[in-house]
Amino acid sequence: MPVFTGEVRRQLDELLTRYPTKMAALLPALWIVQRERGWVSDGGMTEVAELLELTPAYVKGVVTFYTMYHQHPVGKYFIQVCTTSPCGICGAEDVVKALLRHTNAGDLGLTSPDGRFTVIEVECLGACGFATPVMINEEFIESVTPEKVPDLLATLA
Amino acid sequence: MGYPNLPHQRETTVLSQYFGDAEARTLAGWKKRGGYKALEKALGMAPADIVNVVKESGLRGRGGAGFPTGMKWSFMKPGDGKPHYLCCNADESEPGTFKDRELMRWTPHALVEGCAIGAYAIGAETAYVYIRGEFTEPLHWMEEAVKEAYAAGIIGKNAMGSGKRIDVHVHKGAGAYICGEETALMNSLEGRRGNPRIKPPFPAVSGVFGMPTTINNVETLIAAAPILLNGADWYKKMSLSNPKSTGTKLFSVCGNVQRPGTYEVVMGFPFKEFLYDLCGGPAHGRKFKAVIPGGASVPIQTVEEAEATLMDYEGFVAQGSMLGSGGVIVIDDAQSMVSVIARIARFFAHESCAQCTQCREGTAWTTKIMERIRDGQGTTEDLDTLLDIADQMTGKTICVLSDSCAVPVVSGIKKFRGEFEALIQGRRFHPVVAAVA
Repeated sequence: MPVFTGEVRRQLDELLTRYPTKMAALLPALWIVQRERGWVSDGGMTEVAELLELTPAYVKGVVTFYTMYHQHPVGKYFIQVCTTSPCGICGAEDVVKALLRHTNAGDLGLTSPDGRFTVIEVECLGACGFATPVMINEEFIESVTPEKVPDLLATLA
Repeated sequence: MGYPNLPHQRETTVLSQYFGDAEARTLAGWKKRGGYKALEKALGMAPADIVNVVKESGLRGRGGAGFPTGMKWSFMKPGDGKPHYLCCNADESEPGTFKDRELMRWTPHALVEGCAIGAYAIGAETAYVYIRGEFTEPLHWMEEAVKEAYAAGIIGKNAMGSGKRIDVHVHKGAGAYICGEETALMNSLEGRRGNPRIKPPFPAVSGVFGMPTTINNVETLIAAAPILLNGADWYKKMSLSNPKSTGTKLFSVCGNVQRPGTYEVVMGFPFKEFLYDLCGGPAHGRKFKAVIPGGASVPIQTVEEAEATLMDYEGFVAQGSMLGSGGVIVIDDAQSMVSVIARIARFFAHESCAQCTQCREGTAWTTKIMERIRDGQGTTEDLDTLLDIADQMTGKTICVLSDSCAVPVVSGIKKFRGEFEALIQGRRFHPVVAAVA
């Protein structure tokens, strides 16, 4: 099943008007694939390559450069915890431990057995004054402490 | 304005006065607060005159390098028959820095206005705002603001009825610190891997899509509007130290400090009063030990150096560091400097694009050695090895990410050598003071 049909295709066509080259729409097109499918598969990359007149190998080279494109399926809730120095000195490691414990994800990068949670460490989320920031999918949560983790997870369906 | 804390009376809030004011996010609210008057004025001026006002104001790039903005704009030659581009660098990823995030999520129209002014001044019809992918909230508000501005005819085919075309597009990054480097940003915008390019050619000659391009930081572009409205002299007068550093600057403060947040002060403000008075000083029972004043890439200051600093481009250099992006990381006496620096090294190793050997190998080895010292496995030769690697990593690569990894290591060893040696000699790090809740 192709991703770019109907309304989604129209979104890509609108994006293409913003740039002088088709290739410039590559990052936005990959974002659309991830939004629609939850991750960017080889098939998704090939489809984008055809639409933008690139080779699948080129697209894969770009996908693998960036950290935010998922190259395999992840949990329903993808949780990113900032542990870079400013958050590190404010206790980010303990937030990671609490998240791993309460989600049952096991280890960083793994998905919990119920398929709900994947937890990863991320480099600087750019919200250092609100240590520790955590991103759950598209949502950005500031000032998370280990004590707040159970309530935070309880809000997720 | 101290956001999320209350504003402090010693701040001078030009860019940050509407932080926390949700109404300022909308076009109606922004116009009520004087929004788009500067753009209207700009569109009635000759582009060269705008460049001159900005030059005269002394505004310097707020992203880190501090290059004079008016001069950068003047590199864009009018009438060369090529399309010109403006790129706004909103890839804010320097650890400790979160000022552009606040600017975009509270005053998105200020950035649309700044982009439109900048684009018009450099003869560009298109401005791209490259926002890091993790900034979902700023992205949302910027997209809303751009939509509103198009619908109101403020930007588009006939910007504010001027007959000039000014397009502003928001472009979402996908997770890469290096894309904050201007040539990497252009590659990423073109749909490539974010590898920095060799300079020259400089962006003003051959930038994004091979065309003349100017890249400015979010804060820089937003500052252009009040400068045009109030005049270069008004801006120039906002300086407490020396005429090379003018205007106000946003400082985002984080780490071991009572009131982290984004503060706006006039250039030359005393850093000691900033840290203790505005930011509330250290937690009860603790002391400041070190400060990294301009994001993780600048040299670490001892607390004595920090307390003697005047907050401007020259003032930070005079006290052994740099103003950088204005991301102030405060470290107290409960922290191990070796751990802090090891974590910074790991950040750079993770973010190296791996294009240059010195950076790819250097950041990885620096991290490995720093972490073994941290874990009590270091040897006496390790410090010399670290300094040797740092030397090999400095000034030898396409961009400065490699140098940025060496900087905290070299300044850390120089200023906190005792902590390294104690760990190497098998003494564990003990905080000076027990943690106080």
